[in-house]
Amino acid sequence: MSFPWAEEYKPKHPLMRWLDDRLPLPRLAYGALGGGYPVPRNLNYMWNFGVLAGLALVLQLATGIVLAMHYNSNADTAFNSVEHIMRDVNQGWFLRYAHANGASFFFIVTYLHIFRGLYYGSYKAPREMVWMLGLVIFLLMMATAFMGYVLPWGQMSFWAAKVITGLFGAIPVVGEPIQHWLLGGFAPDQPTLTRFFSLHYLLPFVIAGVIILHIWAIHIPGSGNPTGVDVKTPQDTVPFHPYYTAKDGWFAGLWMILLAILVFYLPNYLGHPVNYVPANPLSTPSHIVPEWYFWPFYAILRAFTSDFILPAKLWGVLAMFSSILLLFFLPWLDKSPVRSGAYRPMFRIFFVVLIIDVLVLGWLGGLPAEEPYVMLSQVATAYYFAHFLIILPILSMVERTKPLPYSISESVLHGEAAEAAPADLTGASPAQV
Amino acid sequence: MAAVETNEGAVHVAEEGGVRRRDFLNIAAVSAAGVGGAALLYPLINQMNASADVLALAQIDVDISAIHAGQAIKTIWRKQPIFIRNLTPAEQAAANAVDVTTLRDPQTLAERTKDGHRNWLITLGVCTHLGCVPLGAAEGEARGEYGGYFCPCHGSSYDTAARIRKGPAPRNLEVPEYEFTTATTVRIG
Repeated sequence: MSFPWAEEYKPKHPLMRWLDDRLPLPRLAYGALGGGYPVPRNLNYMWNFGVLAGLALVLQLATGIVLAMHYNSNADTAFNSVEHIMRDVNQGWFLRYAHANGASFFFIVTYLHIFRGLYYGSYKAPREMVWMLGLVIFLLMMATAFMGYVLPWGQMSFWAAKVITGLFGAIPVVGEPIQHWLLGGFAPDQPTLTRFFSLHYLLPFVIAGVIILHIWAIHIPGSGNPTGVDVKTPQDTVPFHPYYTAKDGWFAGLWMILLAILVFYLPNYLGHPVNYVPANPLSTPSHIVPEWYFWPFYAILRAFTSDFILPAKLWGVLAMFSSILLLFFLPWLDKSPVRSGAYRPMFRIFFVVLIIDVLVLGWLGGLPAEEPYVMLSQVATAYYFAHFLIILPILSMVERTKPLPYSISESVLHGEAAEAAPADLTGASPAQV
Repeated sequence: MAAVETNEGAVHVAEEGGVRRRDFLNIAAVSAAGVGGAALLYPLINQMNASADVLALAQIDVDISAIHAGQAIKTIWRKQPIFIRNLTPAEQAAANAVDVTTLRDPQTLAERTKDGHRNWLITLGVCTHLGCVPLGAAEGEARGEYGGYFCPCHGSSYDTAARIRKGPAPRNLEVPEYEFTTATTVRIG
């Protein structure tokens, strides 16, 4: 598909040849994720998270569809139906914990996938569409996760629905009508719950559709790689199957162990105990925070405390949405011709600072809105925007990058030559492979 | 050094067309993934079986003291109708007079009732043909030509021991598990 030397699908069995002439579905799979997709041979483990995110979506769909068989989207019975799943449904506790922690797992691997893209310049030409489709998936994921969190109709569910829809209320003039339109009333109630359930069931399939576009788009230039150098010859690539299916499979097994530890030993570690209290429209919990994967954005939202031309509330909402929307412009903000951060010494430093900044924002987002945390959020928010709007454009003009390898093969073989050098005469044989 | 020797051994075997170490690893890995996948399927499938709250309602106690001879009541057990019928001596005699060997589903009245409570015929009110509720338990309903129950859907007739006598149903009306906890209370399930 991506390179002229991509292996063509040649079915051996007559039945498969018959099928290929009529419905070339195996041909599509072979070209997309099989032996027919040549992939750079030098991918490191950061390239495994895309497949892991796809796996996480499959797990969420599988557990979500069966949970929907037992869940009741009625405001009077929703909370009890979740307890019914936990206590009465066969292995219901497992399915619910797997779904709730599966959402966290989905976000962990997606964040790693996004930061991989940020470090290795995966958003740069010719992969801008891949990047932007990925951001669309991320936005859909956030909407889906938020609406899913409302469904158990506990205290956090209810107040999350109220607060998040309240964000839209910050928009001048039309804000309040939009909020009432989203809720189907003046506060979260039956209409809100029913529509959130409907959309929570729908959006994952929309995500699956955008993932197909995401994969389609990446197959045109082919996968990037840690050097950021374009693929030049067949020596630069290996077929996706069996090389990367095997590597992805082993890595998925490792991450499934992490998920299993969460599900079986720490099922409520990432949740909030107060969500085991049924929704009460008359009492807000003393400390409301979203799930951990929204914390950095929540910190940005709360960083704006005083009116400046526009009301503070509106600034917070604009900043929060902008923090993601500005990533759509990243391919044009960072104009450095070198893709990989490995060859950009200054960029590397600022990239590490950005990671620390986002972690700090995440930490602050989970804390109560008090000093000094508010002031720290303001600094961290300012830095976040400065990274993308000021530092990256300047870096792409002034940075002296390191020389790039001529090709992927050269970079790989160079590494092997160093490894093969007789460093230690008493050690194991270097010529083993 | 041992690792090198093993490697050379593996190469040697491969040349002879034997099983390589990599073949073993491949089969072991795919098998482990298969077992894991199958284990994951178990809860996904089992969640559709009756849940604990449904099973908890699977047993009911019925007070039968108000049912006079010749009368019947309908009650609900596991979301299905149950017929509890107090047979008259004439109905019992009619059921016992039938030659069991001529029946489609041969059973005596004694086999379908409890010792000491021969007059109490307790059956599911579910026709064994396709699951309709037969008539005959309530006052004034058609009881069919054998005086028991009559299914209006496809015309199955049951006798006074609720045995199938005519029509398409293959078996007698099912007798659920039950016991008399007192002389006038029966526990079904």
